[in-house]
Amino acid sequence: MPFAPTRSGDLLRFAPMNVGRWFIWGTTALVMLALPLVFRQGFALTLMSSMGTMIIFALSYNMLLGQSGMLSFGHAVYSGLGAYVAVHTLNLIGKGQIPLPVPLLPLVGGLAGAFFGVLFGYVTTKKSGTTFAMITLGIGEMVFASALMFPAFFGGEGGVSTNRVVPKPFLGITLGPSIQVYYLIALWCFLSMVLMYAWTATPLGRIANAVRDNPERVAFIGYDTQRVRYLTLILSAFFAGIAGALQCINFEIVTAENVSAARSGGPLIAAFVGGVGFFFGPIIGAVIFIFFVVALSDFTKAWQLYLGLFFVLMVMFAPGGIASLIALNLRVLEHGMLARLRWHYLWVLLAGAVTFAGFIAVVEMTYQLNDIAADGKGKVFGIAFDAQTFTPWLVAGTLLVAGGLALRSAWRGFRREWGEIEQTILDRGSA
Amino acid sequence: MEFFLSSLLNGVSYGLLLFMLSSGLTLIFSMMGVLNFAHASFYMLGAFFAYTMGLKIGFWPALFLAPIAVGLVGAAVERFGLRTVHKYGHVAELLFTFGLAFLIEEFVKLVWGLAAVPYRAPTILEGPLFTIFTTPFPRFRAFMMLVAVLMLVAIYLVLTRTRIGLVIQAALTHPDMVEALGHNVPRVFMLVFAGGTALAGLAGVIGGVAFVTDPTMAVSVGSIVFVVAVVGGMGSLAGAFIASLLIGCIQTFAVALDYSFLSLFKAIGLNVTPDTFFYSFWKLTLSQAAPVLPYVLLVLMLIFRPKGLLGTRED
Repeated sequence: MPFAPTRSGDLLRFAPMNVGRWFIWGTTALVMLALPLVFRQGFALTLMSSMGTMIIFALSYNMLLGQSGMLSFGHAVYSGLGAYVAVHTLNLIGKGQIPLPVPLLPLVGGLAGAFFGVLFGYVTTKKSGTTFAMITLGIGEMVFASALMFPAFFGGEGGVSTNRVVPKPFLGITLGPSIQVYYLIALWCFLSMVLMYAWTATPLGRIANAVRDNPERVAFIGYDTQRVRYLTLILSAFFAGIAGALQCINFEIVTAENVSAARSGGPLIAAFVGGVGFFFGPIIGAVIFIFFVVALSDFTKAWQLYLGLFFVLMVMFAPGGIASLIALNLRVLEHGMLARLRWHYLWVLLAGAVTFAGFIAVVEMTYQLNDIAADGKGKVFGIAFDAQTFTPWLVAGTLLVAGGLALRSAWRGFRREWGEIEQTILDRGSA
Repeated sequence: MEFFLSSLLNGVSYGLLLFMLSSGLTLIFSMMGVLNFAHASFYMLGAFFAYTMGLKIGFWPALFLAPIAVGLVGAAVERFGLRTVHKYGHVAELLFTFGLAFLIEEFVKLVWGLAAVPYRAPTILEGPLFTIFTTPFPRFRAFMMLVAVLMLVAIYLVLTRTRIGLVIQAALTHPDMVEALGHNVPRVFMLVFAGGTALAGLAGVIGGVAFVTDPTMAVSVGSIVFVVAVVGGMGSLAGAFIASLLIGCIQTFAVALDYSFLSLFKAIGLNVTPDTFFYSFWKLTLSQAAPVLPYVLLVLMLIFRPKGLLGTRED
C-alpha cells in the first residue's frame, strides 16, 4: 500500500468529535460514579479516596518525569505546602473568617502549590537531568528541615489538625459522611485528569515533550528550554497542590511528614511503576501504590521491602512500566501472535509464583525471628510455622532455589519467543 | 578562643567524614555518570557489617574486612543490576539506585531490627586525647581524622601513581579510546563502583561509632552528601574536599551559636517586637537553623555559581 496514511497523518486529522476519546472519558466518569455503589464499606471508601488523591499526585508528577524528562525527588514540597495552606484556610473558614465554600478548597491548595512552584522552580529548573534531581532533593530536605523550625505555620511535631465540617455548609454539602468526601475527591480527580490530558495537547505540552527528547535542538529552533521547564513545573505544582488539599480534607490533619522525602518518593514510584511513557500509566501506578501502602501494610510488616523489590524489578526489566507491558502485548495481539506466548506466560508466571512464595516465606520468618514480641511462630498464606525450627526454612529455601532455577529457564524461553515475534512484526512492517 | 578551636576541630573531623563519603560518590559520578543515590546506604551497610564482624573478630580486623565486604556487595550491584539498567540511560540508573537505597534500608531493618545497635570503639580509642583549655577532644575523633587523611593520600596515590589509576583517569574522559586500546572498560567501571562503595563502607565503619548505628543513618547523612557533591562541583574530588570541610564547619559552628536576626537588629538599633511581620523568622537563632544551612548554601550556590566551587560542567 504505497499511499497508506502515515501514523502522524492520522494524528493531525481534523476530528471535532473524537468518539473514542468521549467513550473513554465517559466510561472513566461512570466508573468513578459507580464504584461506591459496588464497594460500600468504609474501608473501601477510604481506599478509593486515597487512590483519587494519589492519581492526581502521580499524574502531576508525570508532567515532570514523563512529559518533560525532569526527575524530581522533592514533589511532596508542593503537595505538602499546598496542604498546609489549605489546612490553615479551612480552619479560618471554620471560624467564619473566610467566606469560601469548602469544596473549592483544593483550588486554594493548587494556587499555593503553584506559588511555591514559582518560588522554588526558579532555582530548580535552572538545571536539567541529574543535577535537577539533586537540587529537588536538596530543596525537599530544606523545606522538611524548616518544618520543625516554624511551629506557628507547620504545627511542630503534632502537625495542624482541622475539621472539614464547617458551621455553614455549602449547598448542604457538609462533607461529614465519607461518601461525600469520596465524590468530592472523584470530581476533582476527574477534572484534574481532563485538564492534565488537555495540557499534553497544548503548545507548551508538545514543546515540553521536545525538551524531554532533545533539549539542544529545541534551544536551536529558538525556544528557551529553561522557561519551558519552569512553566511546566509551576503547572505541575498546581495540580500537586490540589492533591495536597484533597488529602487535607480527607484526613483532617497535615503534619511535617507531608513534605518529607518519603512522601516525595510516592508519586515517583507510582508514576514509574505505572509507566511514564503513557498518560494513563500513572493512574494504574497510583492504584497499585495505594494498594501496597494501605492494603498490604495491614498484612505484613515487610510491605516496604516488597514495594521496593517490585520497583527495582520494574526498573530493571520493564522500564516502560505496566502501561508499556499492556501496550506491547496489545501490539502482539493485533498481529494475532499472542497465542504463541501463552505457554511461556504460564511457565513464567508459575515459576515466578513459586520463587516469590519462597521469598515471602523467608522474609516473613526472618521478621518473626527478629521481632522481640513474637515467639517465632507465625503464618504465611494461612500456613502456621515456627521459625525457630529447621523444617520451614528448608521448605522455603527449596521453593526459592527451585523456583529461581525454573524461572530462569522459563524466562529464557519467553525472551526467545518474544524476540522472534518482534522480528516477525518488524518484517511485516517493512514488507 | 577555646570555643573556636574545639568547634574547628570538630568541624574538620566531621567534614573529613563527609569527604570519605562524598569522594566515593564523586568518583563514581565522574567515572560512570551514575549518581549513586544509594551511596549513603552503603555507608550504613559498612557500619552494620563492622558491628556484626566486630562481635566475632574484634574492631581492628573489621575495620579492614567490612569495607571489603561492602565493596563486594557494590561490585555485585554493578554487575547484576546497574549494567542491566545502563542501556536505558542515566535516569533509569538513578531510579535503580533510588530503589536500591529503599531495599538496603528494608534489608537492614529486616536483619538488624529497627533499634540502634550497640556499636562501640575499642577501649584504646575511648576517652579524651587532649584537652583544649577545658574542652576534651575525644580520641576517636582524632582517629577518624587520621583514617580520612590516610584514605585521601591513598586515593591520590592510586589515581596518579598506579597503572590502574591512569586507566581510570583516561576512561573518565575518553572511554571509547581506552576501550580501543584493549582495556576492559566495563570491568574498570565495576572496579570503580566497588571502590567507591568500599570507601563509603569505610566511612560507615568510622561514622557508625562516632554517631549512631541504626536504620535511619543512611537517610540522615544521604542528602548532606549530595549537597557536598553539588556545592563542590559535580565530579570534582578537590571540590568535594573543600565543600566537605566547609559544610562540616558550618554545621558545627552554627549549632553552638545563639545569634539571630533579632540580635542583629538590636545591634543596629532597630526595634523589633513580637508584633513585627515575620517575627518567628527574625527570632530564629543560628543553632535552630543549623539543619537547614547546608541546603540554603546549596540554593545560593546554584543561583550564583551553578557549576559549584571547582566544577567544570555547567549541567
